[in-house]
Amino acid sequence: MAMTIAEKILARASGRSTVAAGDVVEPRVDLAMSHENGALVINQFREIYAGTGIEARVWDPSKIAIIFDHRVPAESAKTATNQKRIREFVAQQGITKFHDIRADQGGICHQILPESGYVLPGSVVVGTDSHTTTHGALGAFAFGIGATEMASVWALGVALNIEVPETIKVIVKGTMPEFVAPKDLILHLIGCLSSEGANFKVFEFHGEAIRNMPTSGRLTLSNMAVEAGATAGIVPADSETGRYLREVAGYKGEIDLVQPDADAKYAQVVEIDCSQLTYQIACPHTVDNVKTIEMVEGTKVDQIVVGSCTNGRADDLAVAASILRGRRIADGVRMLVFPASWRIYRESMKRGVLEDLVNAGAIIMNPGCGCCLGVHQGALGDGEVALSTTNRNFLGRMGNPRAQVYLCSPAVAAASALTGCISRPPKGLTRHESAFQFPAPENDACVEAG
Amino acid sequence: MNQHSSSPLLKTTLVWKLDDDVSTDVIYPGRYMATVLPTETPQYAFADLPDLNKKLASGEFPRGSALVAGKNFGCGSSREQAASTLKGYDLAVIARGFARIFLQNAINLGLRTIVCPDIEASVGDQLEISADRVVNTTTGKSFPITPLPKSRQSIIDAGGLIAYTRQRVVAANR
Repeated sequence: MAMTIAEKILARASGRSTVAAGDVVEPRVDLAMSHENGALVINQFREIYAGTGIEARVWDPSKIAIIFDHRVPAESAKTATNQKRIREFVAQQGITKFHDIRADQGGICHQILPESGYVLPGSVVVGTDSHTTTHGALGAFAFGIGATEMASVWALGVALNIEVPETIKVIVKGTMPEFVAPKDLILHLIGCLSSEGANFKVFEFHGEAIRNMPTSGRLTLSNMAVEAGATAGIVPADSETGRYLREVAGYKGEIDLVQPDADAKYAQVVEIDCSQLTYQIACPHTVDNVKTIEMVEGTKVDQIVVGSCTNGRADDLAVAASILRGRRIADGVRMLVFPASWRIYRESMKRGVLEDLVNAGAIIMNPGCGCCLGVHQGALGDGEVALSTTNRNFLGRMGNPRAQVYLCSPAVAAASALTGCISRPPKGLTRHESAFQFPAPENDACVEAG
Repeated sequence: MNQHSSSPLLKTTLVWKLDDDVSTDVIYPGRYMATVLPTETPQYAFADLPDLNKKLASGEFPRGSALVAGKNFGCGSSREQAASTLKGYDLAVIARGFARIFLQNAINLGLRTIVCPDIEASVGDQLEISADRVVNTTTGKSFPITPLPKSRQSIIDAGGLIAYTRQRVVAANR
């Protein structure tokens, strides 16, 4: 029976020759990822064994990854204590894929996993983080789960009672215009399908625009698949996946480029011609409230955020730097940059990207998640507006329910930092051009957000 | 459960209505995520909706009260506190639809979640929830319930995921 890539991966992981959407399976887990919420997982894990007389041991310490990224370095005694408890657990259980708060190993979980070679095509990845969908970019079936579910995975090594999801095939044709980015593509898709348009379903990405997209861009697409409700967002692995795993992740083992069957059955097929795509902005307070840039151009912003698990990769920072190089961000605007990992931080430092950003007035932050979800630095004041390359703009998201968050690509964020209001990147600017003079609009071109 | 499908399992009162797309950031804001114990999370339920937060925290709503929400309730973050904070008040959440991870967390923790795509009710209405429908006894209207994912039935039957996994661990060690 012909299978989608999700069906194929789940069949293999469940020891079956075929599965179909709706079947209930128990796939073995290849990688189980947690961050600071590992503290809650530990509680639930111990609770499973309470009163049984059985020693609480994880099923396979080499398949558990724990990365500190949500509040680094700790912002409170409570967080520091949670992190300490996790370190003790990691040592006690012999967990090897542990990334502490250090510039030689740390970063955001959704960058650390790919760049460390922990995620392989065809594997099953679970994470106590909804953006675990990110790892579908490498051809894995990767999905978010809660802490108790993770405790169960730690105990049994399988994802319990998973209903094989239906798949939406997304075919992206054409070539993207200059500066239009994977972020614009995924925002466009979410806007079309709505925040629940793919609930309980999987995206499978196809088409020449995907084939021509580097892994960094695919990670952005898969990262935000969950914002349409998708369980997973999978890019079937290809030669680019192989290149990334070998050259970037340094993976030396076998790579199996698992593919869907040509005649697989899809719940829906969505076709997008990305040569017609323009800049997309997700407006407050839902990610599917997506508008093309002309509808919100000129909206005054107070804080620009570039980075995160969505758009904190080396080429994202480089695009922003190419627009800001030799210029200064507008008065009254603050700009925060969160590289997705310390490796990206170091590489961007070496290439002069961070220097360009700092010279323009941007602040380079720790790789981490804290600002995006409003738990650690970068909070917004009452009535303030942020324009951010992160993935969520829900009420209260950046720490203040009386503030507003708009979402965009790194290029739009950088262009807007120069003007102080939502602006499109300059026409005719190539990514490596350094002498471009960005035409600053008049101050009164900015309007207050509605 | 089927043979009792006509008799109500819960008689409750609708105490609060919510819109579509209520995210876990709204149910349990990220800034309280370092708090993980189910005994401590309820105080922060809907912290950014102060009226609702106060009414819950002050005990104004009796345990077992119902919230009614629109589509895609619990979208966003996988944070389990969003389920434990509501479980702490023993609420029944009736929604036109739930986001996947939240629904899974709710079932795992034993929070009552009822998928009722056509629900019509106003604050103060009396509701009777049975296995296959919600009856609004104030208006006399009845609304069908969409069954929870079949894959989760064994977890519900075991009394939650901890108990279910414990059974499996014990069986594997026999």
